[in-house]
Amino acid sequence: MATVSDDAALLEVGPLNKTFGTSTVLRDVSLTVRKGEFMTLLGPSGCGKTTTLRIIAGFETPDGGRVRLSGVDVTDTPAYERDVHTVFQHYALFPHLSVADNIAFGMRMDKVPENEIRRRVPEALSMVKLAGFEQRRIQSLSGGQMQRVALARAIAGRPAVLLLDEPLGALDLKLRKEMQLELKNLQRRLGLAFIYVTHDQEEAMTMSDRIAVFNHGRIEQVGTPGEIYEMPKTSFVADFIGGANIFSARVLPGAEGRAHLMLEDEHELDVPLDPYETLPEVGARVKIAIRPERVKVFYKDELPFGLIRFDAVLKDTVFLGDACQIYLQMFKKNPERLTLAWAGGDRYAVHDDMNVPVIAAVQPEDVYILEKDND
Amino acid sequence: MTQIDRALSWLLGGRKPAASHLLLAPASLWLIFLLVIPAGGLIILSFAKNGPYGAIVWEFGLHNYARAFDPKYLPVLLRTLGFAGATTVLCLVLGYPLAYFLTFRAGRWRNALLVGLMVPFWSSCLVAYYSWMIVLGKEGLINTALLRAGFLSAPIGFLYTPFAILLGLVYFYLPFTVLPLYASLEKMPRSVVEAAYDLGAGRWTAFLKITLPLSLPGVVAGCVLTFIPCLGDFLTVEILGGPRYYLLGNLISNQFMMAQDWPFGSALTSLLLAGLVGGLWLYQRWEKA
Repeated sequence: MATVSDDAALLEVGPLNKTFGTSTVLRDVSLTVRKGEFMTLLGPSGCGKTTTLRIIAGFETPDGGRVRLSGVDVTDTPAYERDVHTVFQHYALFPHLSVADNIAFGMRMDKVPENEIRRRVPEALSMVKLAGFEQRRIQSLSGGQMQRVALARAIAGRPAVLLLDEPLGALDLKLRKEMQLELKNLQRRLGLAFIYVTHDQEEAMTMSDRIAVFNHGRIEQVGTPGEIYEMPKTSFVADFIGGANIFSARVLPGAEGRAHLMLEDEHELDVPLDPYETLPEVGARVKIAIRPERVKVFYKDELPFGLIRFDAVLKDTVFLGDACQIYLQMFKKNPERLTLAWAGGDRYAVHDDMNVPVIAAVQPEDVYILEKDND
Repeated sequence: MTQIDRALSWLLGGRKPAASHLLLAPASLWLIFLLVIPAGGLIILSFAKNGPYGAIVWEFGLHNYARAFDPKYLPVLLRTLGFAGATTVLCLVLGYPLAYFLTFRAGRWRNALLVGLMVPFWSSCLVAYYSWMIVLGKEGLINTALLRAGFLSAPIGFLYTPFAILLGLVYFYLPFTVLPLYASLEKMPRSVVEAAYDLGAGRWTAFLKITLPLSLPGVVAGCVLTFIPCLGDFLTVEILGGPRYYLLGNLISNQFMMAQDWPFGSALTSLLLAGLVGGLWLYQRWEKA
């Protein structure tokens, strides 16, 4: 019984609803974060991820839904009494205080004894690799250093949960990549639950234990990076994380545990269903997704056995350095574009002649069946 | 690129120094004719002598300055500093909450309120002060209302009291305090205050430890901008205060208007100017530090 608290939800949120004026920004958003978990709220701008974070921090009040921290309802607790700290997008450091006083601020508010503070400030600074920066002025720091001070300030008070609002957004790409790994390491070392807001899917994949994908104020899917990538539930998730070719298909009567689908041009597919997956009724339309990197292209009629075959026309190739992107056109009646990414593709191996017929092929299990298509 | 663009980039490019001088010319001429020459003339005049019927005798000496330091003018100086100081403090006490409200609480009313704040600023203060006379006078709005309502048996003399002077000064100089304060609060990122809440500071603590220190440059700028013109104000006392409360500004204006002693008036003006420049210099040194 002693370890129960380790698996128990540290933070339970939901079902949150929030409107600003006439626009609804959150609809039934529910979320659980476990102890020591790195949870990322991922989505495009205006999807509600930051509002969710601000509700957890106590800067916004939800119209409906509760926030429970360590089993205690804190929905009506003001921000300054919640055991969560935030790392703000633009750092929000106190420019009139030294680095040390910035970091000590929260501890002084919590009435931590001064000798304890004197011990914990250098400790927090060395954790973010800024040892010896105590007396520096905020204005003399670079963006990356400010970011680290903001992080040190937030972790020094040892909150139950750390909230991070696109903390790397203002840094350049190279520094951002470095900080991603560093943040992940720090989070593991501290065993602290992080709730991390970003619109960068790569960042989310790199750092997270679990990702909640937001779209239009709703959570579309919550899962590990692997689950999100390998088993997207909606076309939004499939497209936002990793990119996908999305088509509409009609459900035909099929065998148990398999989906028999018909695409444009009477093109029939027979793909296996995952054990828990259910298919809409026969005759309904569903969306399907195929990852660009799972599509193979053949120039001659040499298709290996067991692959699903599409007849297509080569339209364009783009050399990206570590991969080639190839655009094909499928279906004669209502042509649709099929993108395929050829990892490590040799640019000279890509056909130069456009508009030549090619064969595109995918494994049946690489066709993801998504939500019902109501369009 | 149009002709104008080309001309502008040539002008602003600064390759030909003459071009940038050309841009500065109107402002420079303005300053030379309306500030440097008159001020220079004033300083020269301050060393001259006063003849009969306001004639100027061009005999130079320090006699006007010696006269200015006559102890009989000390009460005027102290009274001026007192009124300017009291006005600055009152403007700050009234203006800080107002600027705070405008910045953080006014929402969509903010611009309307800002315009409202500046309206007295746009109207001539002469007009404003005469309307205050209508309000404060023995037969003015307040007295009439109180008498009619039966709260008073005899009218109260609001006018020609320190109260009326302070009211007029605070009324006119409040925007000078509020606008710099508003500007400094406005440019402060909200997330900095949120960070203070986030780290456990209550509203009052966050204000004292974060908002107030960060708005200090605005406080100082607002005080300087109020205090300095207050030192030279003469219209307020002229209209609302009466001769008992003459300030430095009235003393100076009297030398020019009534006593016809331009050299002495110039000496007083030069001293005031020197005091202001010295004060501003100190302020700028403080700001840089």
